[in-house]
Amino acid sequence: MKLILNGTETELKDGLTVTGLLETLKIDPGRVAVEVNLKIVKKCDYENHALNNMDAVEIVNFVGGG
Amino acid sequence: MDDKLIIRGIEFKSRLWVGTGKYRDFEETRKAIEASGADVVTVAVRRTNIFDNKSENLLDYIDLKKYKILPNTAGCYTLEDALRYARLARETGISDLIKIEVIGDEKTLFPDSCATLKATEILAKEGFIVLPYINDDPVMALRLVDAGAAAVMPLAAPIGSGLGIRNPYNLKIILEQAKVPIIVDAGVGTASDVALAMELGCDAVLLNTAIAGAKDPIAMAEAMKYGVIAGRLAFKAGRIQRKLYATASSPIEGML
Repeated sequence: MKLILNGTETELKDGLTVTGLLETLKIDPGRVAVEVNLKIVKKCDYENHALNNMDAVEIVNFVGGG
Repeated sequence: MDDKLIIRGIEFKSRLWVGTGKYRDFEETRKAIEASGADVVTVAVRRTNIFDNKSENLLDYIDLKKYKILPNTAGCYTLEDALRYARLARETGISDLIKIEVIGDEKTLFPDSCATLKATEILAKEGFIVLPYINDDPVMALRLVDAGAAAVMPLAAPIGSGLGIRNPYNLKIILEQAKVPIIVDAGVGTASDVALAMELGCDAVLLNTAIAGAKDPIAMAEAMKYGVIAGRLAFKAGRIQRKLYATASSPIEGML
């Protein structure tokens, strides 16, 4: 399936959950927040939130700022 | 000396808060934070670099047991964006604090007061500890307190300008009227600016560029630490009145 991942169309394997996506990308879930189609996914739902073709997924973290 | 800053039950050891932007690298960021003595660091919310999982993360350099994280909504120009960034920031599970920054003008980076007020009201109701960045506007400070701001953060001067405190009298009025901690945010240039803010009675100072942009950021961070300490002590000590004419310090009595 394809996801719009942080603004870029990206090919990923079918049937991923948010947990699966973060594992694939080697991202520590404790450091990020995830939004799917403009809705925040709570950490406790990562495991059960299935991603669908062409979902817009945003993964954000903290960067340097003032 | 028991002189701790407390906001909504959270105790802050330092009255200097620092940003983490514009440093050469994370190691310099870490050293500057350490030298500043700050226990609060601000961060921004941005897309994770997902295509390079070897890239380092700012939080690898900040000990979350030692420092409190104050996420901001920097870069947001609308109420909707500010709410979105704030909610994402909290969802990381790292902090309930949020520095609301809704910019109203690209050139001055002055805040959009209407959107800031609305964002404060909404997020305070959602349980955030809201610290809005505002102009040095005493009326807006009161409105924000009514809307649920845990503290207000008036600017000293435009963000990154280094101009220092442009309107100490407005800050004085805000300090007198708004019954929440007042944290000067943005525009300070050097240690004396920080000292002046503290001498006025401000509860803390938040800065970034003044340290990160200095020739020697680590040394400037240390200077800022002492600026805050000196200014706070002077404020508590109570300065003498300004007088037009001299008063001798040595006695007349006993002169030849």
